[in-house]
Amino acid sequence: MTAPMAIALEVNGEPVNAHVLPRLNLADFLREHLQLTGTHVGCEHGVCGACTVRVDGEIVRACLLLAVQVNGKSVQTIEGLSDSGEIADLQAAFRERNALQCGYCTPAMLMAAQDLLRRQAEPSRERIREHLSGNYCRCTGYQAIVDAIEATAQARKVQVR
Amino acid sequence: MKAPAFAYARATSVESALEMLSAHGEKAKLLSGGQSLLPAMNLRLISPEIVIDIGDLAELRGVVVRDGILSVGALTRHVELLESPAIATSAPLVAEAVRHVAHPAIRNRGTIGGSLAHADPAAELPACMVALAATIVVRGKSGERRVAAGDFFQGIFATALSAEELLVSIELPIERNPSAHFFHEFARRHGDYALAGVAAHATMEGRVLSGLRMAFFAVADKPVLAKAAARLINVSVTPAQISDAAEAFGDELDPAEDQQASADLRRHLAKVLFRRCAGALTAVGAAR
Repeated sequence: MTAPMAIALEVNGEPVNAHVLPRLNLADFLREHLQLTGTHVGCEHGVCGACTVRVDGEIVRACLLLAVQVNGKSVQTIEGLSDSGEIADLQAAFRERNALQCGYCTPAMLMAAQDLLRRQAEPSRERIREHLSGNYCRCTGYQAIVDAIEATAQARKVQVR
Repeated sequence: MKAPAFAYARATSVESALEMLSAHGEKAKLLSGGQSLLPAMNLRLISPEIVIDIGDLAELRGVVVRDGILSVGALTRHVELLESPAIATSAPLVAEAVRHVAHPAIRNRGTIGGSLAHADPAAELPACMVALAATIVVRGKSGERRVAAGDFFQGIFATALSAEELLVSIELPIERNPSAHFFHEFARRHGDYALAGVAAHATMEGRVLSGLRMAFFAVADKPVLAKAAARLINVSVTPAQISDAAEAFGDELDPAEDQQASADLRRHLAKVLFRRCAGALTAVGAAR
């Protein structure tokens, strides 16, 4: 039973069939089997948040999920969110406000930020910080990241009006 | 690091999970949300030969109220506890505590049964179960047994569960008397494991507390009830009495030292929590 197992799932809207070892986590599956390297691997035990992806619409840690566990599920990575244009404004706000430096945490920051903005139209800065509390950034000091998310929330609100 | 190789099997029912558990015993680990199991495997702190995935067992999911009891399925996720109207109404202590458990991406996967079976001494939910006098329902091949939360937690990562049993649900008594709760923890960062924390439930009669269960976590090898809380029952409480009780509570503790905090810091924080908790709950009573 330690042999590869068949899985069938959807990744960024496309069907994927693969054979994977049970020990393979979702982050490594995305990076090494599908070459979707926007999902980053940091601590590999759920602390840094760099591997955040969506499974069935909810953000999760890809390092704390086995590839065999996502059989039959729908996974969205930063490549999917970026290509669809869903977070184009958020990405632009990050760029404009220097909300990234080395960029290692950025894909997951965008994932977590978009998750908050989908739930809450006008989050307070405190709420933004709370929602990002599971995502480490060692460059920016977070201030510019919170700025970018706050600005995006305000811009989206104006658009809706 | 990556987890070492293991075999993986998907349980299709509680019975099939129990069959597999009894076949593999100590060599097996149950996987529900995986938010404690997989870090431990990735860090190679544990290396089960087989992982039995119970994540698809819908029968273990959900929150229902029946016969004055709130029954919470073991696979109910933290996010579901946070959003459940039944939890908000009948177990507001749990709803408040869950906000302090890790981060959104982890709360989307982690389950209450997993947290309780894992029994991290610094975890919030075990302390809530002790404060609320919950009953933990576990099932083995020979049938079901019910364990009081106070007896369930036995030490660091140690519970009353045998290697062949599965935690299936949690029963929380719904309080009929006027009651109040208090939750607070000190952590270095929001969502981190606490340096010290308290989950408390009080009942009130008139203006005094008729019952007070203060369960402290991260200050011992399992959640502990403050014995000194008994000093604040059925009396009109003064600030001096709270201070005296907090000091007495400090003497009950023998906290461990680790890289997060010294024993003295933990004892100090626990006493601060005791004073704040007792002050807040007696004030609720006095304001009635």
